[in-house]
Amino acid sequence: MAARKFNALPGFGLTMGFTLVYLSVIVLIPIGGLIFKALGMSWAELWRLATTERAMAAYRLTFGASFIAALTNAIFGTILAWVLVRYHFPGRRFVDALVDIPFALPTAVAGLTLANLYSGNGWLGQFLVPLGIHGAYSQLGVVIALTFVGLPFVVRTLQPVLEGMEREVEEVAATLGAGRLRTFISVVAPTLFPTIITGFALAFARAVGEYGSVIFISSNIPRKSEIAPLVIITLLEQYEYTGAMALAVVLLTISFSLLIAINLLERWASRYHQH
Amino acid sequence: METDTKLLRRGGDTKSQRGTEESPFVKWLLITIALGFVVVFLLLPLVNVFWQSLAHGLAVYWESLVDSDTRSAIKLTLLIAGISVPLNLLFGVAAAWAIAKFNFKGKPMLISLIDLPFAISPVVAGLMFVVLFGRQGFFGEWLDTHEIKIIFAVPGMVLATVFITFPFVARELIPVMEATGTEQEQAALTLGASGWQTFWHVTLPSVRWGLLYGVILCNARAMGEFGAVSVVSGHITGQTDTMPLRVEKLYQSASAASMTAAFAVASLLALLALITLVVKTFLEWRTQREFALAQRSVSETPLLAPSIQVPSRQQ
Repeated sequence: MAARKFNALPGFGLTMGFTLVYLSVIVLIPIGGLIFKALGMSWAELWRLATTERAMAAYRLTFGASFIAALTNAIFGTILAWVLVRYHFPGRRFVDALVDIPFALPTAVAGLTLANLYSGNGWLGQFLVPLGIHGAYSQLGVVIALTFVGLPFVVRTLQPVLEGMEREVEEVAATLGAGRLRTFISVVAPTLFPTIITGFALAFARAVGEYGSVIFISSNIPRKSEIAPLVIITLLEQYEYTGAMALAVVLLTISFSLLIAINLLERWASRYHQH
Repeated sequence: METDTKLLRRGGDTKSQRGTEESPFVKWLLITIALGFVVVFLLLPLVNVFWQSLAHGLAVYWESLVDSDTRSAIKLTLLIAGISVPLNLLFGVAAAWAIAKFNFKGKPMLISLIDLPFAISPVVAGLMFVVLFGRQGFFGEWLDTHEIKIIFAVPGMVLATVFITFPFVARELIPVMEATGTEQEQAALTLGASGWQTFWHVTLPSVRWGLLYGVILCNARAMGEFGAVSVVSGHITGQTDTMPLRVEKLYQSASAASMTAAFAVASLLALLALITLVVKTFLEWRTQREFALAQRSVSETPLLAPSIQVPSRQQ
């Protein structure tokens, strides 16, 4: 890479100017507007509106379900990534392409079909509901939907790292007499761990903001199965703008904190993979 | 390539199989778990969409799609995507040119800012535009007196969609443009081409696959966006319902017929997702192959290496 390019290319002023104006109009001004308006409230007022009983219940469900969903994805996503990179089996490429479905499928469609699958007469619900497992119209449904939307993150974060891993290290461990399990625990797992955490954080961040798929599969009962973004929409429909903004500021703060955390995690993870 | 590594692995395994590969039992157990997870969480939901939409036959399926409210939802979705994708395409190209071809202070910061919309909940994004343009918003009064409707109307839905799909093209294009470097453009300019000609005939062809990749991802999200659009739509049947919002409305009316109709509209969106995935897989396979070809020619003719290191400059 040329660190300092001798550069006679035209168009920097034009493209940079357009980029900055467009970025400001579409992204920065709207974000700034929301924060500015929300800060028009006093701290006490903001705090009161952001921590109503209904809001607190919604945060608990949103973060709790997002955590369980991201954890599920961390476990199964790691297995899936491992299987896709290390093993050869019929249909491997097809499965690999399927992993992107949650990125491509609109969330409303995901919510619709998941709710149907787990409802009493759905393909999965007909077996699960008699066992007392209610996947649709319940808190479990929220977890199922959030697991679906976060699924690709762990797999896609882990795959390139697994592909780039030098197998010599494992061979050395084996030559030195370590069994496969021992090699995995003391050589492979520590290398993968930061990347798995990064994937977990990405899936968690995605789940916290998710709205579309959840409202289809959840029963959306206030204080029980209502997620935070839905509280914002309900408040808006009741013209309680300040309440909606207070919750939005909480979600925005958490999103930004997660963004920073993910950046730090990525830096930590990449330190493990520069040989 | 694949068979090569396979052979290599086989060769290595005979020496130290115990340590470098799991026992067949563990291996097949892991494959079974992974495939079970994929079937339950990915394949079944996808197949179910098409199955449910066709459960009452093709005639019913067709009838629910030609319903006038559904047709207007399809039109609105196409209109919104038709405006927001070109806007973000234009932005993506401009941003990638400025970021990839030039050095300046604050570049990492700018890239982070471009990624910002991915981090924000769609509902919060929608709320931002209500705060700006809604009745009680910053420009609410001014818009009211001039009788311009943005919130609960199409312009607001376009804005929300543009916000949500903002990073797609730029973030796909920046690394591709960085990889192609600037030498070819410099050469074209030296030979007397204008800046515009250089861009059109040199830069654009070399990044066309990355560009297409970004555009199809952007389009898929634009047509499928739900949360942000839902906040600013107003849900007026036949006027401000997009396809995803139409799915929700049909689902909520909870009759058996409207449920089938909801699945019918959903099946169109699922089809769009499948097409997106097929094109995406094809483009990835293509870039990988170009990359492999470039690497092979590098190893065969080391003297030429510097000029053909970059895959997209192959042709």
